[in-house]
Amino acid sequence: MAQTSTVDYFGLIKNGIFKENTIFKLALSLCPSIAVTNNLRNGVLMGTAVLFVQVMVNITISLMRSFIHPRIRLPIFMLVISGWVTVTDMTMAAFAPEAYKQMGLYIQLIVAFASILARAEMFASKNKITPSLFDGIGMGLGFLFALTIISFFREILGKGSLWGFPIIDAKPLLIMVLPAGGFFAVGILMGFFNWIGARSGSRGH
Amino acid sequence: MDFAKLFELIVAASLINNFVFTRFLGLCIFFGVSKKMETAIGMSITFTSVMMISAALSWLIFNFVMVPLEITFLKIIIFIGVVAGFVQASDTIMRKVSPGLYYKLGIYLALISTNCIILAVPLISAGEHYSFIESLAFAFGSGLGFALALIIMASIREKLELANIPGPFKGTPIAFIVTGLIALAFTGFSGLIKI
Repeated sequence: MAQTSTVDYFGLIKNGIFKENTIFKLALSLCPSIAVTNNLRNGVLMGTAVLFVQVMVNITISLMRSFIHPRIRLPIFMLVISGWVTVTDMTMAAFAPEAYKQMGLYIQLIVAFASILARAEMFASKNKITPSLFDGIGMGLGFLFALTIISFFREILGKGSLWGFPIIDAKPLLIMVLPAGGFFAVGILMGFFNWIGARSGSRGH
Repeated sequence: MDFAKLFELIVAASLINNFVFTRFLGLCIFFGVSKKMETAIGMSITFTSVMMISAALSWLIFNFVMVPLEITFLKIIIFIGVVAGFVQASDTIMRKVSPGLYYKLGIYLALISTNCIILAVPLISAGEHYSFIESLAFAFGSGLGFALALIIMASIREKLELANIPGPFKGTPIAFIVTGLIALAFTGFSGLIKI
C-alpha cells in the first residue's frame, strides 16, 4: 500500500515537471517566463514564489472543497489565490527588497496565472489533501525548472555570468538580455522540448 | 488638463512600454487568439473597452474607498474582484449582442478575468499615483498597444500557416520567435518620448 502510493506521488510530481510542464508544454503563464528571466537569481526567486503559492493554494482548496458551493467556486478560488499572493508579495517586499523592486509587479500578477487556477479547479477541488499537495509541488517544480533553464541560458549568454558571478570572459550577446532575447530563448527551448518529446514518444512505441 | 502629457502617456503605453513586447504581459491570450485576424480584432475591441472600464472603476475604489480606509495592502484582492465582475458583465452583454463572436471568443473571455494586463493596469496606475484622466489615458494606450500587437501578430501568423517550418517548431515555438523579432523592432521606439 505504502509502496504503491509513493509511486503514485512520484508520478504526480513527474507529471508536473515533464508531461504537463506549465511553460513548455501547456504554454500558460508565460509572462514571467520572459519578464524576470534575464538573470538566474530572479528566475529562481520567481519560480520559488510560484511554487509556494501553488502548493498553498492546492492545500487550502483541498481542505475547503467540501464547503464550497459549486456555483460560487471560481470567485472563492480567486480569493484564496489572491490571499496567498498577497502573503508572498509582502514577504518578498520585507525580506528581499532589492529583487522586489525589479519584479514586484510580476509577483503581484501571480494572481492572474491561469495554471494555478486550473490546478485548483481540475485537481485540488476534487482530491484529498496529500495528492493535492504533491500535485502542487509537481506543478510548482515544473515551473521553477522551466524558469531556471531559461534564465540560466539568458544570463550566461547575455551577460557571461551566473548568479551575478562572471564566468565567461568573451563579449556577451547583448540580445539575450533584451526583451527580444527572452522570446527567442523560450521559443527555441520549447522547440527543443517538443523535439525530445517526439523522439522519446516514437521510441516508446 | 495638460493634453500633451496625456498624449505622451498614450504613446508611451502603446508603443514604448508596449505590454506584450516590453513588459511581457498578457502573453497567454496573445498567443491564443492571434491565429486569425477576425478573432484578433474582436478580442482587441473587447479588451480595450473592458480595460478602460475596469481601470476607471478601480481608480474610484482605490482613491475613495481604499485610501481613506487605509486598506491599500488589499489592492490585489479588490482589483481582481472588480475585474472579474466586469468581465462577467461583458461576457453576458456579448452573448446577447453578438452570439457569433461570443462562440469564437467565449473561452478567452473567461480567461480575461485572469489576464495579467487587465489587472496590471490598475496596479500600475495605483503605484504611479495617476489622476483619474491619466489612468484612463494609460488604460486606453495599453489597450491600443495590445490591439496593435495582436493585429500585427495575426497577420503574420496567417501567412506562417503556409510556411514550411521544422516539425518541433510548429505552433507556439515559432510564434515565440516571430514575437521576438517584432519585439526587436519595437525596441526602436524606446527613447521616442522622455517620461
